[in-house]
Amino acid sequence: MSKTFLRITAALLASTMLVTGASAETIRWARSSDALTLDPHSQNQGVTHNFAHHIYETLVDRGIDGALVPRLATEWNIKEDDPNVWVFKLREGVVFHDGNPFTAEDVVFSLDRARSEKSNMRQLHVGIAEVVAVDDHTVEVHMTGPSPLYPNNLTNTFIMDKDWSEANNVVEVQDFAAGEENYAVRNTNGTGPYTLVERDPDVRSRLVAFDGHWAEKPQIDEIIYLPITENATRIAALLSGEVDFVQDVPVQDIERLQSSDGINVTTGPENRSIYFAYRMDDAPLKSSNVTDANPFANPLVREAIHLAVDRDAIQRVVMRGQSVPTGIVVPPFVNGWTEELDAYPAPDVARARELMTEAGYPDGFTVTLDTPNNRYVNDEAISLAMVNFLGQIGIQATLASRPVAQHSPLITANETDFYLLGWGVPTFDSEYNFNDLIHTKEGSYGAYNGGLYSNPEVDAMIETLGTEVDLDKRNATIAAIWDIVQAERMLLPIHNQVLAYASRGNLEIPVHPENTVLMHSVTLSE
Amino acid sequence: MLVFVLRRLAQSVVVMLAVSLISFMIFRYVGDPVASMVGQDTRIEDMERLRQSLGLNDPFYVQFWTFVTNALQGNFGISYRLQLPVTQLIFERLPATLELAFVSVVLALVIGVGLGIFTALKRRSFWAGLIMSLSLVGVSLPTFLIGTGLMNLFAVELQWLPSFGRGETVEVTPWWRTGFLTQSGLRSLILPAITLSLFQMTLIMRLVRSEMLEVLRQDYIRFARARGLPERVINFRHALKNTLVPVITITGLQLGSIIAFSVVTESVFQWPGVGSLFINSVATVDVPVMAAYLMFIALVFVVINLAVDILYYLVDPRLRISARAGA
Repeated sequence: MSKTFLRITAALLASTMLVTGASAETIRWARSSDALTLDPHSQNQGVTHNFAHHIYETLVDRGIDGALVPRLATEWNIKEDDPNVWVFKLREGVVFHDGNPFTAEDVVFSLDRARSEKSNMRQLHVGIAEVVAVDDHTVEVHMTGPSPLYPNNLTNTFIMDKDWSEANNVVEVQDFAAGEENYAVRNTNGTGPYTLVERDPDVRSRLVAFDGHWAEKPQIDEIIYLPITENATRIAALLSGEVDFVQDVPVQDIERLQSSDGINVTTGPENRSIYFAYRMDDAPLKSSNVTDANPFANPLVREAIHLAVDRDAIQRVVMRGQSVPTGIVVPPFVNGWTEELDAYPAPDVARARELMTEAGYPDGFTVTLDTPNNRYVNDEAISLAMVNFLGQIGIQATLASRPVAQHSPLITANETDFYLLGWGVPTFDSEYNFNDLIHTKEGSYGAYNGGLYSNPEVDAMIETLGTEVDLDKRNATIAAIWDIVQAERMLLPIHNQVLAYASRGNLEIPVHPENTVLMHSVTLSE
Repeated sequence: MLVFVLRRLAQSVVVMLAVSLISFMIFRYVGDPVASMVGQDTRIEDMERLRQSLGLNDPFYVQFWTFVTNALQGNFGISYRLQLPVTQLIFERLPATLELAFVSVVLALVIGVGLGIFTALKRRSFWAGLIMSLSLVGVSLPTFLIGTGLMNLFAVELQWLPSFGRGETVEVTPWWRTGFLTQSGLRSLILPAITLSLFQMTLIMRLVRSEMLEVLRQDYIRFARARGLPERVINFRHALKNTLVPVITITGLQLGSIIAFSVVTESVFQWPGVGSLFINSVATVDVPVMAAYLMFIALVFVVINLAVDILYYLVDPRLRISARAGA
């Protein structure tokens, strides 16, 4: 009681008397969209996870350098006598917002909930056979086979309170397909550094620091979270001083903001690569004037396109300097990336023309290029530049531009000859890309292998990655797969996206590769 | 009378059915809702499972029938994006839109009628000429341009008014949070209301001006003038009263458009009404919200038109005679 009184008094003093620094304790944070739901296992989506990270916590977390860091688990390792079991030691003295202590039972409950039928987090936990609480602060996760990288899958799986979930009838994940809303969609009880005070979806949410949190008290006491969809409005709100921090800064506004007084812009690489891919099976292309063969199936044509693209020009002109041109479809912090793989050639149109002639297409051919127009930074403009580069070597590409909701079904349904796509790597390991982009399209593999590339040798190598415990051997396989993919020019990498954050005054927020801003780790400069 | 109303009601039901059918057909081609509901690392089989449970694999007529029967019970399903019941979402967002629309209509009426009278009476003055040419700009500039222009001037440069949102709101009833009772709420209203009302304002102004000029040429005005009545009485008691009849009709009909076309203004100013809800839903192919919103807008128009028709019927005796003769 007296503690509350002290806090109120302190807050009053801070707001009335101290002028300097007082304003920074509350941060008004604008983003382009809101969290989809507060039910932690209902959606597997970045914005939703980012919001949840303030209220709920995960066992392990992803640091700003891309490495795993402890959060609710203090240490984790593979059980000595059983390579199929991961052992997690849990942090002691942690409580939920309602005062319940955090124990191993909550972890068992949450992992089981996250891998249940209705959960969208399910695919990250398909390898689990059973989750067992050994004692109050130890949990064993039994996998169906060796899973050396499993902790990477945990960075967005949040821990809920078992008792609270049972009491409020949210043991099951919300099934919105059946037309239901559950208590956890609007109400929360996590162990996180902030508690939810106010929630108006799409409009405004308010979070305040949680007194009982196990870590050091954050410098920011209160967060007011404001989704602002329009780019121009979001930037205007920052310039007019109505918000303190803008997470999604459009590329075209970076320069203007950098030159404004009192505004800091930080940029950094995002965990997302932009690339083009082609249909590579033997059937003739649907959209081409070459009807007896598939020109893209010819390695000489792919090499010619590789040489015709001017990645630096795209970075300079289309992206206004805000991208990192690349020769491989993973950003640098992903396991498997090397500087050699990342290298890309200077454009050489003369040589590319020779290759086209050698391939038997001296006059080129026509094809349709499918591109999204609302998903990645300047996605349509990148594709337009691509059309021009291709024109120089005789390939006449027709641009077909669609919203992502219409574009991505083309790829999953194999209805495109040539397309742009962006790809992030939430596990920070190349295996993730291989599974979805390179492996032959069958079963749960190759979902986004829209080019239908198929190489049984590569498939076999990819399949060993999931269970290989010897990390050196595993990394050698990854390198070997990349060598084949790169040599065959299977994908046409363009660049890695760059993220930009803008803030006012004494706030400086570094860019996180997964675009996850954690307000409790923000320090205020004087 | 009863027959007339019943017939108009039946027509309204047909209109609503047609709108629901058309909106439903359009939404089948706006993209794959499942693609925007799940992350890119969701397995194909999980997406298929979701598609199945959402009923997206059912034949068109089954989906449409389910939609219509649910809609009749006021159930528009769950928003794919926000995962809340759509009916509840729309009712939560409606007060914001209605308040904005109300203020815009009042602004458009007061300023529009005022300027219309002024430009009609002082037809040849410099100011009337200026207002008339400015009004051309008002009609021809797109709303989002006016909105961002006002925002840059009054919010960013001068920092007088907020650039987004609704400010503080007060709960009047559980269904109605109002921005009318707080200072920040009222300040937040100014820029969006001006933006939204500008088009209607110029429309009303031009209408009042031409009607007024027309009326001033009538014989009874000349007689009044000949009788030596003061100008003020002639202009405001006799001329204006007759001018306002068509203005009121037009304004009533325009109310529907203001609600429907607040979409752009709401998205520019991040106004938390049904319009911005609709825009955000389009971007993510949130079919239940889009369908419900279109139905709602159609309902607004149908109700307004029905009311206008019935009022005309009551006011104008000629309609009653022709209805009887035609029957």
